[in-house]
Amino acid sequence: MNIMSEATVEKALDQKMSDANFKMVGKDVSVYYGEKRALFDVNLNVRKNTVTALIGPSGCGKSTFLRTLNRMNDTIEGCRVTGKITLDHSDVYDPSVDVVELRARVGMVFQKPNPFPKSIYENIAYGPRIHGLARNRDDLDAIVESSLKKAGLWNEVKDRLHEPGTGLSGGQQQRLCIARAIAVSPEVILMDEPCSALDPIATAKVEELIHELRANFTIVIVTHSMQQAARVSQRTAMFHLGNLVEENDTDKMFTNPDDQRTQDYIMGRFG
Amino acid sequence: MSGYLIAALALAALMMTFVGCARARATQNGAAEKTHSRPIYHGLNAAIWTGVPAFIFLLLWLGGQNSVINQLVIASFPGAENLDPSARSLILSEIRQVAAGNIFKEPTPEIQAAVAHLKSLQQISTVAMVAVVAATMAIGAFLGYRVIGNRYRARHSVERSVTYFMMFSSFVAIVTTLGIVASLVFEALQFFAKVPVTEFLFGLRWEPQIAIRADQVAGQGAFGVLPVMFGTFVISLISMIVAVPTGILSAIYLTEYADRRFRAAVKPLLEILAGVPTVVYGFFAVLTVAPAVRSLGLGLGIPSSPNSALAAGAVMGVMIIPFISSLSDDALAAVPRAMREGSFALGATKGETIRKVLLPAALPGIVGGVLLALSRAVGETMIVVMAAGLIARMTLNPFDAVTTVTVQIVTLLIGDSEFDNPKTLAAFALGLILFLVTLMLNLIALRTVRKYREKY
Repeated sequence: MNIMSEATVEKALDQKMSDANFKMVGKDVSVYYGEKRALFDVNLNVRKNTVTALIGPSGCGKSTFLRTLNRMNDTIEGCRVTGKITLDHSDVYDPSVDVVELRARVGMVFQKPNPFPKSIYENIAYGPRIHGLARNRDDLDAIVESSLKKAGLWNEVKDRLHEPGTGLSGGQQQRLCIARAIAVSPEVILMDEPCSALDPIATAKVEELIHELRANFTIVIVTHSMQQAARVSQRTAMFHLGNLVEENDTDKMFTNPDDQRTQDYIMGRFG
Repeated sequence: MSGYLIAALALAALMMTFVGCARARATQNGAAEKTHSRPIYHGLNAAIWTGVPAFIFLLLWLGGQNSVINQLVIASFPGAENLDPSARSLILSEIRQVAAGNIFKEPTPEIQAAVAHLKSLQQISTVAMVAVVAATMAIGAFLGYRVIGNRYRARHSVERSVTYFMMFSSFVAIVTTLGIVASLVFEALQFFAKVPVTEFLFGLRWEPQIAIRADQVAGQGAFGVLPVMFGTFVISLISMIVAVPTGILSAIYLTEYADRRFRAAVKPLLEILAGVPTVVYGFFAVLTVAPAVRSLGLGLGIPSSPNSALAAGAVMGVMIIPFISSLSDDALAAVPRAMREGSFALGATKGETIRKVLLPAALPGIVGGVLLALSRAVGETMIVVMAAGLIARMTLNPFDAVTTVTVQIVTLLIGDSEFDNPKTLAAFALGLILFLVTLMLNLIALRTVRKYREKY
């Protein structure tokens, strides 16, 4: 009796702990592009200081889901989102929410590196400037330096901060974009296949970076590479045809998934 | 005659395409080795051999025959060797007029003899031309036909011919431009022989209405270009002040804010604005805008004339809005979507994204567009002829009348003109200056666009 209750209490505590651990919660999220429905009632939670990988074949809706989290879909004409998504328990689709503020809290890194055609310094300083994060030039310098350091790019670019960011290699450009995202101190960083345009060495560097960033940020990453999902994430969610198939610990997902489709996809039988 | 000949050449070339094609197909059928070119290339090759050399001969003949015949006619004209060139050309043109049937007075027997000589020469020339062209065509067709075989690289040959043709086409534009420049420079040099270059470039008075005949009453004449250039500058400046902000802002609205239906409706309207003939803008300037500007100026207590720099400049500005707008529009639309998303993802507003990311990225295209529009404004003629003025005045009062380089060229060349008089020749010097200014602007525009072109 005693033991039983202790176990129940522990379970309840676990439940509560993990609830508090949810940084973002998606409930019955559906997305329509005009008439076409791209996402079907997805329920997926993102845990704090965790890397969550979204996997699945092309066109399965994983990028669409990712873009609902910071309302990047707003910029696409004819796109409609239903259901509820919360960030720290507040609805991000509430009319009172300022989407600019939301995106400052939920940053994003894209598939193709997209540095602005400005200097490296200006690329990083862009976000802090528009949000007024630095009071003076010294503050801004400090933010630029620390962001580049966190992104592991400082040593490579510290002598050429005022050269164009577009002159860097692809891997460096992508880390510059990550540094740019970090510079506005977001709470969540969304990454949409951040390594798909990079070679294996640059990929390894970015993965290492993701690993380090987990201490300070919550990360959601879309990837086509099973190995990458296994290497960088703690939780993995599998999408198929606009549905969430399964969401689990990454270790379990890759060794003993609950769903046959996950098994098949990971083994390379489709997709 | 030459029309029929060209048609015959085209027909023969077309026929040779089919003949060559058929022969190539026949030789390729059942051939043991792999053939190099497909039959159609053999056909085209045969057609090129048939048509092109003969056509070139024809053109050369047509271009050369007149001067050769003229030489022969004048050489046989009695006493021609004692005449000076202008008298010779007078006689020649009389002979040609009579030959064409335009008889104004009864021709002398010498002229009549020369006309008969001319006609017989022309007949000989025509027959010879047909013979030569036909022979060239036949030889070309024979060679082009004989060369067909499995090994012959007809495709390479055809591709080379096409390359030459494209090269020729691009030369046409360049050579024409050079010809225009040469004619400008030639006449301008004659002007500078009469008026010193320094006086022209740095003179502060422009009064070109000098006497061209001894019995005319006119001014002393002064050919200082500065007041005229100043007028062009003032009007261009006003037009830029009107057009640059309007054009760029409308481009920003159309690319970034307007919904798709509005854009689809407004863009063609802007293109229509670009298609309005400048003379219509001129009407608008002189009948509607100029009186309004004048009454505004008088209302403000500023001395105003019926024609004003402001009226001409403002209407010219409206004319070039579509240029700036559509070039800026293209430049903004060419900025990749990834730039916008990258900026939005950092929590930038639309305004911040446009000001800090899109405009800097599109700047080279926009600057290029503005400079092209400026060179267009500098060279614009009709609006200023109708709405600016004729008196060269160095004034900064936009309500006053000024004159421009283009207006002066037009007035100098209208009416009585003689090509050995500085008044007429001044037009060419002005044209040269104008050409140099717009050339510089275009070069700067191209360089800016190339230098600052961003790799996204």
